[in-house]
Amino acid sequence: MSTWVERLDNPLSARLRDPAATGYAGIVLGVFAAFLAIPPIQARTVTWPIIVGVPAVALGIWTVTRGRVRLGWGSAATGVLGIGLGILATRSGTGNLNAVFDAALIAQTFAFATPLVFGAIGGMFSERSGVVNIGLEGMMLMGAFWGVYGADKGGSWVVGILVGMAVGAVLAVVYAYFAIHLRADQIVGGTAVNFLALGITGYFFFQLYHGNYIPNGVSQIPNVKLPLISGSHFLGPAIGNLNLMIWAGFALVIISYVVVFKTPIGLRIRACGEHPRAADTVGINVYAVRYGCVVLSGILASLGGVYLSDGFGGGTFINNMTDGRGFIALAAMIFGNWRPAGAFAAAVLFGFSSAVALRLQVYSPSASTLFNVLPYVLTLIAVAGVIGRTVPPAADGKPYQRQ
Amino acid sequence: MTDTDTKTGSERPDKAPPSPSLIASLALKHRAGGIAVPAVTVVLAFLMGGLVVLATGHNPLLAYRDIFNGAGLNWIFHPTTNLVHTSAYNLSQTLLQTTTLILCGLAVAFAFRCGLFNIGGQGQYFVGLFVANWLGVDFAGLTPALHILLCVVAGTLAGAVWAGIAGFLKATVGAHEVITTIMLNWIAIWVGSWLFGAGGPLQNSADKSIPISSDIADSAKLPVIWGQQQLQGLHIGIFVALAALVVFWAVLNRTTVGYEVRAVGFNPEAAAYGGINVKKNVIRAMAISGAFAGLAGTLDITGYLYHYGQSDIPFSSVGFLGIAVALLGRNTAAGVGLGALLFGALLFGTTHGLTSNVIQPELAGNLTYIIQGLVVLFIGADVLILYVWNTRRKLRLPRANA
Repeated sequence: MSTWVERLDNPLSARLRDPAATGYAGIVLGVFAAFLAIPPIQARTVTWPIIVGVPAVALGIWTVTRGRVRLGWGSAATGVLGIGLGILATRSGTGNLNAVFDAALIAQTFAFATPLVFGAIGGMFSERSGVVNIGLEGMMLMGAFWGVYGADKGGSWVVGILVGMAVGAVLAVVYAYFAIHLRADQIVGGTAVNFLALGITGYFFFQLYHGNYIPNGVSQIPNVKLPLISGSHFLGPAIGNLNLMIWAGFALVIISYVVVFKTPIGLRIRACGEHPRAADTVGINVYAVRYGCVVLSGILASLGGVYLSDGFGGGTFINNMTDGRGFIALAAMIFGNWRPAGAFAAAVLFGFSSAVALRLQVYSPSASTLFNVLPYVLTLIAVAGVIGRTVPPAADGKPYQRQ
Repeated sequence: MTDTDTKTGSERPDKAPPSPSLIASLALKHRAGGIAVPAVTVVLAFLMGGLVVLATGHNPLLAYRDIFNGAGLNWIFHPTTNLVHTSAYNLSQTLLQTTTLILCGLAVAFAFRCGLFNIGGQGQYFVGLFVANWLGVDFAGLTPALHILLCVVAGTLAGAVWAGIAGFLKATVGAHEVITTIMLNWIAIWVGSWLFGAGGPLQNSADKSIPISSDIADSAKLPVIWGQQQLQGLHIGIFVALAALVVFWAVLNRTTVGYEVRAVGFNPEAAAYGGINVKKNVIRAMAISGAFAGLAGTLDITGYLYHYGQSDIPFSSVGFLGIAVALLGRNTAAGVGLGALLFGALLFGTTHGLTSNVIQPELAGNLTYIIQGLVVLFIGADVLILYVWNTRRKLRLPRANA
């Protein structure tokens, strides 16, 4: 029609108006708005976060109207979060802010996130193969107790990890037998696993340690000191001295991405989760794949538990130590849309909220407690389809019967 | 496995009907073995629990005898209403737990009859308890009957709303009720920690260092029928729970609502074809489920707890025990009643009621969890196969695959 429209249609402006570009730009702006409010920049007036945050929200809404719903809402949400943090930051003292946001927060975020990463990736393998695993919590709890028990009696954290993995695998085999062979309802079976783990760990903790604490000086999973970085002012406390299991968690995300999406094995796993009959027809042993995946999920979840007791927890155990972390891992897996990178991002987000909650305790215990609902509320919103849809594997939770 | 029984060549491969022999044998079990299968399950679970006890160097027979006595079940050998006798006192405490578990079991069972798995009984229980606690403390000027009524109605409604959220999400956007009720459980748990915690809205005003709520007013306390109020006597809630069993049976088997709920539970597509509004029934069934659990929380706070603390929250597992109760009772009124009595006895008999030189309460309390887990595991593998085929078909709502 007019030259004005033609100008809009030239490649550069078309790319700029691409909903993906505006969405990501909005997210960057939103994060920047939040970043302005916290140290080291720490804007002392609320103006700056608002000036940056409002365009982020606007870009987000633009993106939503252009079809990229999930990305758009994400962008709008970060914008609102940025403004909110800005207002919060200007209302509270500088000292408090410095206590809450520092480089060690990054390390703590990863520490909180790692059990979730292991649990979520484990759950992803199980569900990708078509078996719902509500029992992650129980498998993690078993890993937590038997891992620290192995480290105590075996004298080495390596033994602890091996024992924890073995026990997690055994529990997973029991669950797999009921879920796959007996075709029991998987939700019921998973619930049973959680009860069993709670009972077994509590029983043997009291039986083996006579109701006392696990003695001090248990061999713990070591931290990895990075000599080049640990001297650095910011990177040192952030990532210079992370636990071995945290790095293992990072590696796990990459490996599991490659395995699930880039190898024939991954293709088989996904086939069993999407359409087991078709997988069976082309010669894949659905039962074997599902057994393997459930056992793997048990091993990974219990590794998360071992880290919880023998790494993060400093070689201790208390009854019901996981305290819902298995369910947060489940939530992270759903929030991450049954993908390794997504699950990892969600686990880090939830870990961050736990780390912030811990630090908020210093000046508002009440707000700190309430902060813990964040992962669950976010997941509820995610499954409700407000921020895009989460799509489970098609045959997830459906027992398969050969013909 | 029965892999060669039929070659149905179904269009939907992963939802192929099971072989007739399997269905027939299960239907037979369902009719003939109504009591036999749960009974065998319980015996098996107790046997395996006994093996754990034996393997750790305790005498399982003596341990179970002490738990039996701890639950006050030896009362039947010399019945008395005088609570000076330990057996009578223990029995009254077991019945207190039974009251709660009947309602928590019904909360799971009702949803099950509609083909829904309400795993969120714990959260609904808490929400009912919080609301009753709040109203019980704040409306201290009311006359007793009115105050109790207010607490009970509001607490029940709160549970219904909490479960109704999951039902609403299921009906509107197809969000799986298991996921949403788990999330709602944990939201309720943390909100509770906040309510009773330091600086929380429900924390007592007398001592701000203790994260416990104030006692509810005397006008909100339920009358005690056996024992004394100060010693956790048995309150009239037991009759409310027994009445709830009758209501559950009557609603399901004698009303249109129950007919629709069961129809949706058997086969949502057929029900929809028959003119039943599946979405409405999903929301309604969840809300009714939640109402039972909310009522359980309400009766606990107005009946014998009177106050609640932050540290009580992680130790409450009645909502989850409700799952075992409902499954063991095969989602029937009579079964839930018996299952609640069994787990009520276990719950009290292995903890506060237990005096034993064979097994400590710390061990026995965890033995309850083990037995509970085994019961759920075995029941799930057996009877639930029927549900897997009949009722656990996903409600294929229009937006579910959008």
